[in-house]
Amino acid sequence: MIWYVGTVVALHDETATARTIALQVPDWPGHVAGQHVDVRLTALDGYSAVRSYSIASAPNSEQGVEITVERVPNGEVSPYLTQEIAIGDRLELRGPIGGWFVWHSQQTEPVQLIAGGSGIVPLMATIRSRASAGSTVPFRLLYSVREPGAIFYRDELRTLSDRDRSVTVTYAFTRAAPKGWPRPPSRVDAALIAQATWPANLAPSCYVCGPAPFVETVATFLTTTDHDRDKIRTERFGPTGERK
Amino acid sequence: MSSQIPYLDGNAAAGELSKIFAIDVTNAEGQCANCGAKRRFAETHLYVQAPGFVARCPVCQHILLRLANGRRRVFLDMRGMTYFSLDANEA
Repeated sequence: MIWYVGTVVALHDETATARTIALQVPDWPGHVAGQHVDVRLTALDGYSAVRSYSIASAPNSEQGVEITVERVPNGEVSPYLTQEIAIGDRLELRGPIGGWFVWHSQQTEPVQLIAGGSGIVPLMATIRSRASAGSTVPFRLLYSVREPGAIFYRDELRTLSDRDRSVTVTYAFTRAAPKGWPRPPSRVDAALIAQATWPANLAPSCYVCGPAPFVETVATFLTTTDHDRDKIRTERFGPTGERK
Repeated sequence: MSSQIPYLDGNAAAGELSKIFAIDVTNAEGQCANCGAKRRFAETHLYVQAPGFVARCPVCQHILLRLANGRRRVFLDMRGMTYFSLDANEA
């Protein structure tokens, strides 16, 4: 797999600590929702660091790839990507990578997406892919997030779910919820999963992405409620948000 | 205990392994030589606190695959699996 050179064409802050970077990548072979790229930064002295980031954009984007990066305090790569990078800068990319944690728009079964924090990124690619392909497959997203200010893609998620009744978004706030929110701030638990996700008898494909402990917890809930293990796909982010 | 050390999963090793394998490894299936579990490589637990990485069985924590980057050579140890099966249609 070769390294491509991408040029930054747009930057958008999702939250106070996360930024979306849109890259133009000549000769990009195209990707599938759920895949990721490796990003390589090389210092003047030749030292280089590679990190994996999920692709946020739908596969139709012309020679384009968007990633959303959460800043990790004292991280080696993410502070640069979220604070210093500018339009016109170049990044080395290897990818697209991964053939397992993917959703193809030809799939016909209901889809359950469960995100913990920045684990929303590859799942957003899936939602965008569904919209751009004109798929009518029913989607549910359960999005666990610290507080309202930490939500990525908030307006787009609202627009998509308002426009299309078959995309349902449920937020689970873990530290601070908006005023009057029905559920007090707490972690995703079995009761919420039962209430907000497709039941196992509909045989949905489940995609779970987040920090390892979140993924373990959610995957265990799903398997103990009779979801077929083969229908559960997981991807773990590092505890720091940097994946490698 | 390995369970105390943060881990990722096989997805995060796929870029590095693409230098060696022509076929995507995340979708490849391996059988653990210790407990016999068959899992996709994407499901393995990946430990990256090393000059390379270690992939462990998500069921029994047995080491399935190790990769170490040397100065001039890359070392790959896959004896923790009885087989590793890749999708020939992707080649």
